[in-house]
Amino acid sequence: MFDVFLMVVIFVLAFVVGYALIVRVPQMLHTPLMSMTNAISAVTILGAILLFAVPTTSTEKVLGAIAIVTAMFNVVGGFVITDRMLGMFKKKDAAA
Amino acid sequence: MSGLWIDLWIILILVAGIAQFRTPRAARRGNLTAAAALLCAVIAVLYRHGVLEPPLVVLVALVGSCLGGWVATRVNMIQIPAMVAFQHGAGGVAAFLVSFVELTRNSAEALSLPAEVAALLGLVIGAATFSGSVIASAKLANRLRQTPTRLPYHNGLLLANLAVLIVLGVWAGVTVSGGVVLGTSLALIVGAAVLGVIFAVRIGGADMPVLISFLNATAGLAAAFCGIAIGSRLLIACGATVAASGSILTHVMCRAMNRGLMGVFAGLRPHHPFAAAPLASAAAIGPAAAGSPAPVAVPCLPADTTPEARALPEAPPADPSARAANLLRTARSVIIIPGYGMALAEASEEVVQLGEQLTALNKEVLFAVHPVAGRMPGHMHVLLAEAEVDYGKLRELKDVNGQFARTDVALVVGACDVVNPAAIEASDTPISGMPILRADEARHVIVCNLDERPGYSGVPNPLYHNPKTILLLGDAQTTIGELRQRLEDQTRGATGASEPAAPPLARELVENPASKYNTAR
Repeated sequence: MFDVFLMVVIFVLAFVVGYALIVRVPQMLHTPLMSMTNAISAVTILGAILLFAVPTTSTEKVLGAIAIVTAMFNVVGGFVITDRMLGMFKKKDAAA
Repeated sequence: MSGLWIDLWIILILVAGIAQFRTPRAARRGNLTAAAALLCAVIAVLYRHGVLEPPLVVLVALVGSCLGGWVATRVNMIQIPAMVAFQHGAGGVAAFLVSFVELTRNSAEALSLPAEVAALLGLVIGAATFSGSVIASAKLANRLRQTPTRLPYHNGLLLANLAVLIVLGVWAGVTVSGGVVLGTSLALIVGAAVLGVIFAVRIGGADMPVLISFLNATAGLAAAFCGIAIGSRLLIACGATVAASGSILTHVMCRAMNRGLMGVFAGLRPHHPFAAAPLASAAAIGPAAAGSPAPVAVPCLPADTTPEARALPEAPPADPSARAANLLRTARSVIIIPGYGMALAEASEEVVQLGEQLTALNKEVLFAVHPVAGRMPGHMHVLLAEAEVDYGKLRELKDVNGQFARTDVALVVGACDVVNPAAIEASDTPISGMPILRADEARHVIVCNLDERPGYSGVPNPLYHNPKTILLLGDAQTTIGELRQRLEDQTRGATGASEPAAPPLARELVENPASKYNTAR
């Protein structure tokens, strides 16, 4: 039961801290923000990897493999595109 | 216990990454920080648990990474919303697959009740996020009709579907034997996927930013439930952070459109009950127009007496494009208001360069960006960044609205609803109460839109018929290109020497706007 309690606490804490930080993100960065959090939401990759930590049937293997492909697609795609996007923002007078 | 500390450190790194989203440059660092945190998380999990079939895992991980990286380096900024929506879907798939395997596998220790409930929730939310995101992505990529699709008894279907899911979920929670859970889990996935489709098809057009933000939140939520199911603190923390982010963006989008969340999701939208509004409001637009005569013969500049008007060297030419160029040349301050129409016309670069050209002429140039300009939160900023705008010139609604009254020219490109004064002056329209950019308060307004049809809301825009407005209809790329050309000619000293004939696309609403208006819609 303690475990469940701890998990709920972690959920609430992470939500509150995330909220406090993200509410201050300027509008200009909302698209990169969503694209990055999108990549973060693919932490399900951890779950997908854990599926392979114990013996699996072949069905589970296929499903786990699909989960890893989609999650990695999400992680790598999300971070790369966020980086690309942020790299486009340029400020003229800052260069001087 | 050391595991807990490692998890906490990884979460702290992640939070530090998010905390850097204040300026674009810091955000880039923050993004890499977050990526590093995720990499640490993967390494920690691999170290702790080990994998029984490393080659298979590495191979599929590489396939996913390459696909993701390949797509991410190829999309352009106008495709970003579709890409992001699709990625929400990918996250949903991963979440429901993990939950599904966790629920159905016959491992020695049975799942505890909380873990089972969480897995069921992860399953349902993940599957619904997946199908909803696929629909959203297809709409954003123009593979599906963008407008809302209404099924008969749409809300009834939605509720019935939800009820079935709840019953199935409770039943799956109560029963324990493996075989039954397999069947119900599959049924839950199908049911949730249908729910996602029914939910998403009815949302369209200007409501897409709300949908995409909401899916961001549900993807995070699915990941968090998935984390409770498998007992991974990292997953829970990351999922909760993402859910928080998605919730904030959803709220920001709803507020920017003055729409309730339930209004968007339950398909509430008044059916344009205001046929008479445009005629009335055309004559009573704002304080500036209150005293001027009805806009029949279009005066070149509002007949009165702003210093700018007097400063014109000669009688302004009749051609609207030339007049607009004249106006820009004599203005001291210009605020450009880009809308999604600008992106569709692929005119972003022309517009940004017009801004540069004006800056080079020592004018104060700002870009005013409405929160819902574009198809996802902050989309317009990214589109302008792609066109190499100086982001120091971008202003948000609340910062720029006070400046319009002091501004010589508001240049609207491909935007309609977000500058529609009816949002303030009329009380019975779908956009009433929506915060708008007060272009109508500027001394002069130039509107470069494809046509004079109303925006997505369907509310006619009285700004178009304001006597101080110059309307340049047609493809924005052409119109703005021509403005730039004229501006250049004029500043080179060829002012008004020989005005070419009006281009076919740029024309102005001259006679009787009201009747013309009625035939248009």
